[in-house]
Amino acid sequence: MAIVRLRAPLKDLAGGNREITIEGASVGEILRELERLHPKITGWVLDEHGRVRRHVNIFVDGDRVREDAPVAHDATLHVLPSISGGSR
Amino acid sequence: MTELLVGTKKGLFVLGGEPSAEKPFEVAVRAFPGDEVEFAIRDPRSGRYLASVTSGHYGPRVMHTMDPGGDWEQTTGLAFPEGDDWSVERIWAIRPGEADGLTYAGVAPAALFASTDGGLTWELNRALWDQPTRSSWQPGAGGLCLHSIATWPGDPARLAIGISAVGVWLSDDAGQTWRHGNTGLVPPYLPEDSQGDTIDLCVHNMHRAPLRPERLFMQFHGGVYRSDDAGETWRSIADGLPSDFGFPMVIDPADPDSAFVIPLVADTDRVTVDGRVRVFGTRNAGGTWTSLSDGLPQENAYLTILRQAFDSEGEGPEMGLYFGATSGDVFGSGDSGASWFTVRERLAPVNSVRVA
Repeated sequence: MAIVRLRAPLKDLAGGNREITIEGASVGEILRELERLHPKITGWVLDEHGRVRRHVNIFVDGDRVREDAPVAHDATLHVLPSISGGSR
Repeated sequence: MTELLVGTKKGLFVLGGEPSAEKPFEVAVRAFPGDEVEFAIRDPRSGRYLASVTSGHYGPRVMHTMDPGGDWEQTTGLAFPEGDDWSVERIWAIRPGEADGLTYAGVAPAALFASTDGGLTWELNRALWDQPTRSSWQPGAGGLCLHSIATWPGDPARLAIGISAVGVWLSDDAGQTWRHGNTGLVPPYLPEDSQGDTIDLCVHNMHRAPLRPERLFMQFHGGVYRSDDAGETWRSIADGLPSDFGFPMVIDPADPDSAFVIPLVADTDRVTVDGRVRVFGTRNAGGTWTSLSDGLPQENAYLTILRQAFDSEGEGPEMGLYFGATSGDVFGSGDSGASWFTVRERLAPVNSVRVA
């Protein structure tokens, strides 16, 4: 089971949970399961094609990765806004 | 009291006040702080507020609430089908339709969504999405945006939409089929020998006169036009304006001969002409234009007023007019533009203004 760590506003969309334990072999699989568990988060991290949005960063055990990256059983997955997306 | 919904680069401002110069409007609510609010309306049929909100990180969505100062919920379905290599980038317009609950949203890249439950759930209009020419559609500077949705009062089958930069599209069957409505539009930004049959037509705004629905007015990217045949053909009505460039447009719903525009210098210099903030109005279908500037800044005022940042309230000589600029200033009139007052200064850059 991987640990998914969220910050606001995603934390609020996930019912106030800062940390959620989710089973999955890849980042995409875990994020889709996150959407299933917390439907309000749908569309915020993954776009309609299942890709991680351009201005969202996913880190797995310290490495920045995308949706197709594998995730180890005991990994920690951070979902963070990138510094590039806040310029509008 | 008048309530204004002002969408800005940094959230939604709900302003309330009386249309007079005596006192600025109060800021009743600031919602979605830090996120860009492209557009917001209050649907008069249900009282529901709908706001198009774009997070720089987490993308665009339409939010809804009955109380703008309370919690907002996310609407669903405003996404392209899986398998298409497109994502919704920005939601430009939301408009009530002509049937119970029928509501439209125009988005970039160039798509129309419809809702039958007042905007809570959305469905893509496939007929427009599947247009065979889509791969050649060109965006305007603001993107490939569907921003104008002109319904036909009492007839949900008839629609006209405006896309930057793919011209006017008309439907007589509630969006099951679409055809062009571009005859007479002249794109000055193309070489003369390419202007004839192009669909690279940058419509900036389009409105239908409700009491004479076959009449439409348009602000074009270099041109102001009128159609008297429901958008099939267009004629220039720009003579008498200090510039034919601009973005927003408003009409008086009680006067089919009326239109109001805010001219900017040109596409190369998108600010108010001569450093003077002036609305120009016609009440003879574009035959003549009158400058309406009493109370507006007239010296060294180089404002940019965006496409959705101009709206009206009521009708006739006491019609309210409200517009906001990217400077963060919002102006209003309670007498159809004869005199103006400052609604609020120094908000964030204004994307849209709608009377609630």
